[in-house]
Amino acid sequence: MTSRSRLREKAQVLDDAALDRALTRIAHEILERNGGAKDLAFVGLRTRGITLAQRLAAKIATIDGAQTPVGTLDITLYRDDLDMRGAPVVRGTDIPFSIKNKTVVLVDDVLYTGRTIRAALDALIDLGRPGSIQLAILIDRGHRELPIRPDFIGKNLPTSRRESVAVRLKEHDGEDRVVIEEPEEA
Amino acid sequence: MGWTRKDLLTMRELEAAEIITLVDTAASLQEIAGREIKKVPALRGKTIVNLFYENSTRTRTSFEIAGKWLSADVINFSASGSSAAKGESFIDTARNIAAMSPDVVVVRHSSAGAAAILAKDLSCSIVNAGDGAHEHPTQALLDLLTIREHKGHFEGLNVAIVGDISHSRVARSNIHGMRKLGMTVTVAGPPTLIPPFVQELGVKVAYRLEDAIRDVDVIMMLRLQQERMTAGLIPSLREYSRYWGLTLDKLRAQARPDVLIMHPGPVNRGVELSPEVADGPYSVILDQVAKGVAVRMGVLLLLAGAKSEQAKGEPA
Repeated sequence: MTSRSRLREKAQVLDDAALDRALTRIAHEILERNGGAKDLAFVGLRTRGITLAQRLAAKIATIDGAQTPVGTLDITLYRDDLDMRGAPVVRGTDIPFSIKNKTVVLVDDVLYTGRTIRAALDALIDLGRPGSIQLAILIDRGHRELPIRPDFIGKNLPTSRRESVAVRLKEHDGEDRVVIEEPEEA
Repeated sequence: MGWTRKDLLTMRELEAAEIITLVDTAASLQEIAGREIKKVPALRGKTIVNLFYENSTRTRTSFEIAGKWLSADVINFSASGSSAAKGESFIDTARNIAAMSPDVVVVRHSSAGAAAILAKDLSCSIVNAGDGAHEHPTQALLDLLTIREHKGHFEGLNVAIVGDISHSRVARSNIHGMRKLGMTVTVAGPPTLIPPFVQELGVKVAYRLEDAIRDVDVIMMLRLQQERMTAGLIPSLREYSRYWGLTLDKLRAQARPDVLIMHPGPVNRGVELSPEVADGPYSVILDQVAKGVAVRMGVLLLLAGAKSEQAKGEPA
């Protein structure tokens, strides 16, 4: 999506402190909703969802003292647009614990059409039968094409379709920041 | 690197980066074999035809399982008991199958170049599952995946391929793949089973088993086809086994303690491999078979995906 045309930064949405506060709040909300961290598990979606899931697990460890397992989900094999994307790049699923009867919190950076989450739900259910699945999202940018709604949201961000939202994280991009980008005029 | 080829015909034509893409894709698909529900929807609605003109258990089953785990419909066609037995030519049979619009045809044939002919003639993707003594790329890929999982890397590894090099498509595909990935390959066998000018493929040649297996990281033993004896290429199975059979004693005397023993199967126990070696701690033979399914899933997935890319009319 980003390679189609050159993008320029339009506005900053979150700086590092705000991003951290949003994650702290989500961690508290997850604990509040589920009455603690019992039977909780995080599953991050490649690539930045994994990092966010690890940070949430770390926050829950600080707040509650509980160790929450974190898994990695690659949804490539479950996409509904494999035919439109050329040869798929599969990077692998790694969920080294049973999700049976667990409360699984799916974590991703940006929620847009909802198609990724649809694929993730199918992928997750093929791995076992979780007690429940909840969805934590750093940025909800709207434009849903499927009936999917997040349980925990870092920030609601109304956008237009021509814009794109870039979540930059220290582990991948060297900084913690969320920005809106738009294509440069030709 | 992205995958753009319509067909997988040889290791010779692939670039190192393409080989790595195939191996990486296969590696990340291995996890599916350990699942309770061994099925992902990636190739739902795709049709794969296994067109086998030679006997095969491992390869055909492996492609069939791979296709089914990816949710494709897999149809097996073997030459015996089909229209081929009634005298229909190879190309006619293939065209008839192609008229039923499969997405991928997996072909094994005793003639070198059979898969390449189909690739030129048919619009669906073709996978070469062994063509005569020419190539068997998915076998080389699963061997490479096995080696990387055990050794962690390719660059700088030393490999000995031992046995009937002349008639081995497994050897040829592996030599091309291994050379491209920076490995050193030594082939060894009785002079009657070593092709002339084999050095031109960039390999060393040894005429004693002991010289070939000394200090290598991987020993790949090839199956000795028994008909080589009636063709006069070896004096007797017993002599072959004495000089070229890998036994625990020879292994302990010459090989490194962390050597991997591989074999593409089916094993002639007591001929090229003694049972203690075939079942011993160095052997990764069954691991190779398990990796075969992952490799074939990767190949089918990449070919079916790349094909959609070429057929793509308008942008998404």
